[in-house]
Amino acid sequence: MPDHITPYDTALHRDESAVSGMWLFLASEILLFGGLFLIVLVYSHTHAAGWNAGVRHTSLMIGSINTVVLLSSSAVFTLAVEAARTGDRRRIIHAGLGAAGLGMVFLMLKSWEWHLEFEEHLFPGTNFSISGPNDGGAQLFYSFYFISTALHGLHMLVGIGLILWICDRTRRQTGREISTIPVDIVGLYWSFVDLVWIVLFPVLYLIGRN
Amino acid sequence: MALTADRERSYLWQDGTVRSWLLTTDHKRIALLYMASITVFFILGGIGAALIRMQLVMPTGAILSDETYGRMFTMHGIVMVWLFLVPSIPVTLGNFLVPLMLGARDLAFPRLNLISWYLFVMAGLLVVYGLFRGGLETGWTFYTPLSTDYTQGRVLPVVAGVFLSGFSSIATGLNFIISIHQLRASGMTWYRLPLMLWALYATSVIFVLATPVLSITLVLLAFEHFFRVGVFDPTLGGDPLLFQHLFWFYSHPAVYIMILPGMGVVSEVVSTFCHKQVFGYRFVAWSSISIAAIGFLVWGHHMFVAGTSLYAAVVFSMLSFLVSVPSAIKVFNWLGTMHGGAIRLDAPMLYAMGFIGLFTVGGLTGLFLASLASDVHLTQTYFVVAHFHYIMVGGMVSAYFAGLHYWWPKITGRMYPEMWGRTAAALLFFGFNLTFFPQFLLGYEGMPRRYATYPAQFQVLNVLSSAGASILALAYILPLIYFAWSLLRGARATDNPWQATGLEWRTSSPPPTENFVHPPVVTHDAYDYAALDQANIAARQEVPHA
Repeated sequence: MPDHITPYDTALHRDESAVSGMWLFLASEILLFGGLFLIVLVYSHTHAAGWNAGVRHTSLMIGSINTVVLLSSSAVFTLAVEAARTGDRRRIIHAGLGAAGLGMVFLMLKSWEWHLEFEEHLFPGTNFSISGPNDGGAQLFYSFYFISTALHGLHMLVGIGLILWICDRTRRQTGREISTIPVDIVGLYWSFVDLVWIVLFPVLYLIGRN
Repeated sequence: MALTADRERSYLWQDGTVRSWLLTTDHKRIALLYMASITVFFILGGIGAALIRMQLVMPTGAILSDETYGRMFTMHGIVMVWLFLVPSIPVTLGNFLVPLMLGARDLAFPRLNLISWYLFVMAGLLVVYGLFRGGLETGWTFYTPLSTDYTQGRVLPVVAGVFLSGFSSIATGLNFIISIHQLRASGMTWYRLPLMLWALYATSVIFVLATPVLSITLVLLAFEHFFRVGVFDPTLGGDPLLFQHLFWFYSHPAVYIMILPGMGVVSEVVSTFCHKQVFGYRFVAWSSISIAAIGFLVWGHHMFVAGTSLYAAVVFSMLSFLVSVPSAIKVFNWLGTMHGGAIRLDAPMLYAMGFIGLFTVGGLTGLFLASLASDVHLTQTYFVVAHFHYIMVGGMVSAYFAGLHYWWPKITGRMYPEMWGRTAAALLFFGFNLTFFPQFLLGYEGMPRRYATYPAQFQVLNVLSSAGASILALAYILPLIYFAWSLLRGARATDNPWQATGLEWRTSSPPPTENFVHPPVVTHDAYDYAALDQANIAARQEVPHA
C-alpha cells in the first residue's frame, strides 16, 4: 500500500512498542474481568446462603482437572518462548501445538460440564432446579457462572487461535531469523488467560463449598 | 511554484482511489475518515435535539407522543455521547496531530488505528439500526431493570453498538499512550510535549482503564435482557444499584474523556493567539493527569438520591469537590496566559474564549450538584441538563470547533473564510447561552427532565430555550457550508499561518504522507515564541529581496 509507513527506524524499537502495547492491553483486560468480579464480591456476601448453594452444585472434579490442564498448557507454552530465544523452530511448533491441544482439552471438558449443568437445569430461569428460600442467590451465582466461563472460554478460543498462528508463521518462515516478539506477546496473553482462571477456579468451585 | 509539488506529495492527493482511502493506515487519512463519520452522527443527534426543542415549545407537547419523545431524547443522548462526544477530538484532531506533534511518521500501531475506525463504523451502524427499527426509551444510561425487563425498545442492537464502540476507544487510547511513550522525536522530552498531548494522554488512560468496565457491564445487561434473568434481576434479589455503580464507574470518567481533549485544544489555541508561553506549563500538564486520576473516584455523586449510604455520599461529595481543583487550575492558567498577551481574536480564539466562559459556568454549577443538600433539590431537573450541556456542548463542542478552525489550514492546505468563522463562533456562544441558561432557571424552579409535557408556568423559559436552539443550529450549519466552500475555493494556507510553535507547523500544509521530509529535532520548550521569532528574523535576512 502506498501510504503504509512504519513509524519505527529499527526492529528493536518496533518490538519494544509491541510488547508494551500488549501489557497495556492486559491492563485493560484486568478491568474487564475486574468489573465481573465485583459481582462476586457483592453477592457472595449479600446472598451468601444461596450463592454457596450454587457453588456446591458445580463439578469440583471437572474444575480441578481443568485447572491442571490449563496450568500445564501455560507451562508448555513457555517452552515455545524459550525455543524462540534459541532459534529452535521445531520446538516452537511442537510446544505450540501441545499448548493449543491442552487448551482444546480444557474447552471440551468445559463444554461437557456445561452440558451436564443444562441437563440438571442449573441455567437460571423458570426451570431452575435449586429450589427453596435461597434459590434467588443460587440463580445469581449461576448467572455469574455462565457469563464468566463463557467470557473466559472466548478468551481461550482467541488464545488458541493466536498460538496456531504462531505455529503457522514459524513453519512458513524458514531461512529468516526468528523474531521472538510474537511468541512473547502470545505467551503474555496465554498467561493472562491462565491467571483469570486461577481467580475463577476458587470463586466458582471452592469458596463457600463446605 | 513549490506549491504544486507539495500538493502532489501531500497525504491528501498522493493516491486518490476510494480503495486507497478505505485501506489506508495513514493516521491523517484515518482522522478524516473519522471526521466524516462523526459529522454524520452529529447531524443525526442534532435532529433529535431539534425535535425535542420543538416539542417543548408547548406545555402539552407540540408534535410528539410521550413515547416517541422518550425515544427521541434517548436517541439524542446515545448518539451524541457515544458516537460524537467520546470519540470527537481524540479520533479526529488527536489522530491527525499526535504523530505530527511528536515528530513521528505515524502512530505506534497504524493497522490497529484503521481497525478501530471500522469497529466504530460497525458500532454506529448497529446503533442506527436499533434506533430506526423503533428505538428505545431508556435514556443514554440504560438503567436496569427498565432496560432489561420492562422496555419495549430495541435494546440489544444499540447496546451491542455501544459495546463495539468501546473497543474502538480502547484501541485508540492504546495507540496514543504507546505512541507518546515510544515515538517522541529526538529532543522531545516529556516537559517539551505540547499540552494537547498531555491532555490526550490523560484521556487515553481513561479510554484504556475505564471503557472495559462499561464493556462488561453491557455484556451483563445484554445477557439479562436476552434471557430475562441475570445478575441485576431484582426478582432474584439482584441489585439494580450495582448496575448504576458499574455504569458510572465508566461513565463519570467518560465525562472527562468528553472534556480533557477540549482543554488540550484550548491550551494550544490560547497560547498561539496570545503569542505567549502557557502560564504554568507543568501545572496545566499535571492537572490533566490529576483530573483523569481523581475522575475515577467520583462516580458515586450520580447516585446521591439512589439510596447509597450517607457516609459513602459524604466521601463522594468531597472527592467531587477535589476534582474541580485541577479544572480551576487550568482556567486560571489560561487567563494568566492571556494576561499581558498580544491577543488576536481570530475564530479559533473566539471559540476558545467561549470555551473558558462556558466551561467555568458548567464547572461551578457542578459544585451545586456535588453538594449533598442542594443535589437533593436539583437532581433529575433541568438544572442537571443545563449543567452538563455547559460542559459538553459549551465546552467540548466549542473546543472541537476551535480545533477544527485552528488546524483546518494544516489538514486541508486551505484557509477558511475568517469573517464567517468569527460569525459562527459568536452565534455559537449566544445561541448556546440562550438555549441552556433558561434551563438552569427551569431546573431551579423544579421542572423535571425527561418529560414530554410540563406545567404552563414554565412555558416562557422553554420558548426562550427553543429559540436559542435555532440560533445554535445556525451556528452548526454555517461551518459545514464554509468549510466545504474552503476545500474548493479557500485561499492556500502557508505552512505556519498562525505563527505557532508546535512541530505540526514545521511541515507543509497539508503534510506529506511521511509527515516530515527530514525527521525533526527538538531544541526548545513547547511555546518558545522567542526562538520562533528569532528563526523568522534569521530566515528573512537570509532570503534576498524577491
